[in-house]
Amino acid sequence: MGSITLMHYLVLGALLFCCGLLTMVVKRNAVGILIGVELVLNAANVNLVAFGRYRGAGIDGQAAALFVIVLAAAEAAVAIAIFMNFYRHLTTVDVDRGDLLRG
Amino acid sequence: MTGSNRLSIVAAVLVWLARAGPVWARGPRGPGPADWIGIELEAVMFYLLGGLAAVCAVGCVLSSRVVRMALFLFGALGAVAGLYLLLHANFLAAIQLIVYAGGTLVVIIFGIMLSSASAAARYRARPAEKAAGAAVGLLLLAGLVTAVGRIDWSEGIAAAPSAPTVDGLGRALLTTYLVPFELSSVLLLAVMIGAAWLAGSGRK
Amino acid sequence: MTEFTAQDVIRPRWSPALRARAIRRFMLAGLIIMIGTGVAAVCLEIFGRSLSPLWLTVGIVLPSVLAFGALFVVFAITAHALLGRLLKRLAFVLFIGSLAGIVLTAWGASLLFGLVDRIVAARPDPIAQTIFGGELTTDEIVRFFAATPEDPKALEAPPALEFVAYLLWPWQFRLLRDLVLALVILGFVSVTASFAIWWERKVAGRIQSRLGPMRVGGWHGWAQGIADGLKLVQKEDIVPGRADGPVFRLAPYLVFIPVLTAFLALPFSDRWVLRDLEVGLVLVLGLLGIDVIGVILAGWASHNKWSMYGALRVAAQMVSYEIPMGMALLLPVMAAGTLRPGAIGALQSGGFHTWLAFCSPFLFAAAGVYFVASLAACKRAPFDLPEAESELTGGFHTEYSGFRWAVFFFGEYAAMFVVCGLAVLLFLGAWHSPLPASWGESLAGGSWWQRGLYALLFSGPAWFIAKTYALLFVHIWLRWTLPRIRIDQVMYACVQVMLPMTMLLLLGQMFWQLLVPPDGITARAANIVCTLAGAAIVAAFVGTAGWGYLNRRRLVGPLAVNHLPGS
Repeated sequence: MGSITLMHYLVLGALLFCCGLLTMVVKRNAVGILIGVELVLNAANVNLVAFGRYRGAGIDGQAAALFVIVLAAAEAAVAIAIFMNFYRHLTTVDVDRGDLLRG
Repeated sequence: MTGSNRLSIVAAVLVWLARAGPVWARGPRGPGPADWIGIELEAVMFYLLGGLAAVCAVGCVLSSRVVRMALFLFGALGAVAGLYLLLHANFLAAIQLIVYAGGTLVVIIFGIMLSSASAAARYRARPAEKAAGAAVGLLLLAGLVTAVGRIDWSEGIAAAPSAPTVDGLGRALLTTYLVPFELSSVLLLAVMIGAAWLAGSGRK
Repeated sequence: MTEFTAQDVIRPRWSPALRARAIRRFMLAGLIIMIGTGVAAVCLEIFGRSLSPLWLTVGIVLPSVLAFGALFVVFAITAHALLGRLLKRLAFVLFIGSLAGIVLTAWGASLLFGLVDRIVAARPDPIAQTIFGGELTTDEIVRFFAATPEDPKALEAPPALEFVAYLLWPWQFRLLRDLVLALVILGFVSVTASFAIWWERKVAGRIQSRLGPMRVGGWHGWAQGIADGLKLVQKEDIVPGRADGPVFRLAPYLVFIPVLTAFLALPFSDRWVLRDLEVGLVLVLGLLGIDVIGVILAGWASHNKWSMYGALRVAAQMVSYEIPMGMALLLPVMAAGTLRPGAIGALQSGGFHTWLAFCSPFLFAAAGVYFVASLAACKRAPFDLPEAESELTGGFHTEYSGFRWAVFFFGEYAAMFVVCGLAVLLFLGAWHSPLPASWGESLAGGSWWQRGLYALLFSGPAWFIAKTYALLFVHIWLRWTLPRIRIDQVMYACVQVMLPMTMLLLLGQMFWQLLVPPDGITARAANIVCTLAGAAIVAAFVGTAGWGYLNRRRLVGPLAVNHLPGS
């Protein structure tokens, strides 16, 4: 089994990132897309903290991850508010229906 | 992790069980279970938590109900919090639980509840989209893993840094990262006002 | 023609007369077979005849087995008859016994682990203890006990010592210790929950001038919690047809498990803590925060209008009240300068007036704000809108029954304990008694009974648990005294009253710590005033309660006490 190295965390981060990206691409529910974004941000966080731990970056990785968490919370609040408006106008959160500007 | 290694672990556990501990515990310098199994708890926990995170992420992609997706996201967030603990980022793990799992996720579920016409509302993707998405995703994963695997991460590692403390993190936020810290507080204020206005603007 | 009476209809199948007859007959048969077989065997021995194996089996072994079987049936019937009566009489003893057993187990475990730690420390080359690892051998344990000043390498030990060594050996592994302690905590939470359910019903009864549960168990329905638990476990397992099955089944555990995990970092005393983490407080707060998710998902998955309303109210209310609660907790953290629960508790050892709530007027106010916010975070009245039984028929748990419903309640009472424990830890002196711990320093290092006396008089887990239970009582008391408020009032109270208030308190405490010298006259005066105010509140409570108890007949007329079965 051996000890855990940086590479293990990077591979896990890559997996989370791809899953998040796929969720963003495949889902048509706006909230589903938001969930995909959160997954991607988490993947980035895992990488940041792992680099901080294994490459001697010390606190920098954790501080960056902390900012990412704060920004993710802010982004979710705004996104949900936008979805509320979207839902109020179109009574759905299917992003394919949001093509009113296409004329 | 190679196959033979895994076999040897199973064999060691069986031998350990069969000899029932105290037999080898008697000797003045008998081999302890740590020598026999060669397991590190960190590895076990990494595979458990990492596996949970991976399964939840894949579940997010595959499930068609949004609430299930939120539940899977919850699992992934919890597993990542556990990984932070493994990486000696205790404060980050706690913050992940408070802000992400206790705050952001609740907002997301709240959004799901308010925006679904019926509880079982499903938004299905077309098969062509699914196939294209799967192909792109797998290609990307393969590319990333190959890129990560090509680099020899073992060289140039600094001496294992002492685990950063809450104290150190707080100091860093108020010295090195003072500008981003203040900017993020301004951003939070803007977001608070903006979200309240956006959510209430449709109402006459 | 036979006439049937009501007695014939309701006569139990297994009447006492029938039981006595069965016991007599089985015992007679068993004795006869046994004596007969014995006599036959003795005769055979006397006459020196040996039997073939077949006849030995048929003639001697089989009858013996039959006789034993008959006597066993007698024993089983008697035991069955006695058990019911015993359970009814002994429920109180069982309850107290399990509580005492848990405390004794925890105490014994801490002594045992301390002993093993000392043995490990006595090794010539101390080794790092890992979860699976550990290199202490039984020989070394024997040597630790057998060694004398004259002969430090002695190996002459009685065999009993070797046996003891085998028993002590496994406890060097952290994993095993954690497992035992986790079981102790699970037991404590279960007993607390079942006790709190009975307590809540008794307090409700008294507040409404009635008796509450009186039947189960010996005295005052002590065993009501256990009986309720047994009833719930054997109920039918119902999942509504249109519910989201897996989520519906998972939700109760998402409520219970985080709360149980919060006990990981909650210290009962300076030594009785699973892990004294550097970020312990934040972790406890985070784990309390995520049990909201379970409640929301329960309401959603039930596919029921009322559950849905309950879930929406939970989402709005609990996320909002987390903020004033967390900010009120920030004040004592600022005063203590650490997030480590053990360090915050150790600060308050200097007696009643050094408890953090009395250190500055802002902390005193923050204690009150925290308590109100914690009521809302536990969904307790007057903030129990998520389950409002008169509007939502139970809210998020409308569709739940049986074991899962019980898990929700265990989670709720465990969360109440954690929240009250946090208040005690941060504001009310943690595990210290009102007496300064320095008075008992001579006892702290003495023999075992002196240390026990120190724990009882000055600082020990008993004080933490007692103070937490006192706050728990206030939770129950408020629930049966205050009316429920409307959801818009709940949100107004949080966002427009408590949030600005905690922010002002935070600012005030900040300036207090910056500007007021800790030994100056202002700090002393504030400390004295706050201490007196706190003492006055407690005295007023105790005095009013005592006056009410002494004048209970005049206050509520002929109390239900007069209608007790025995009076």
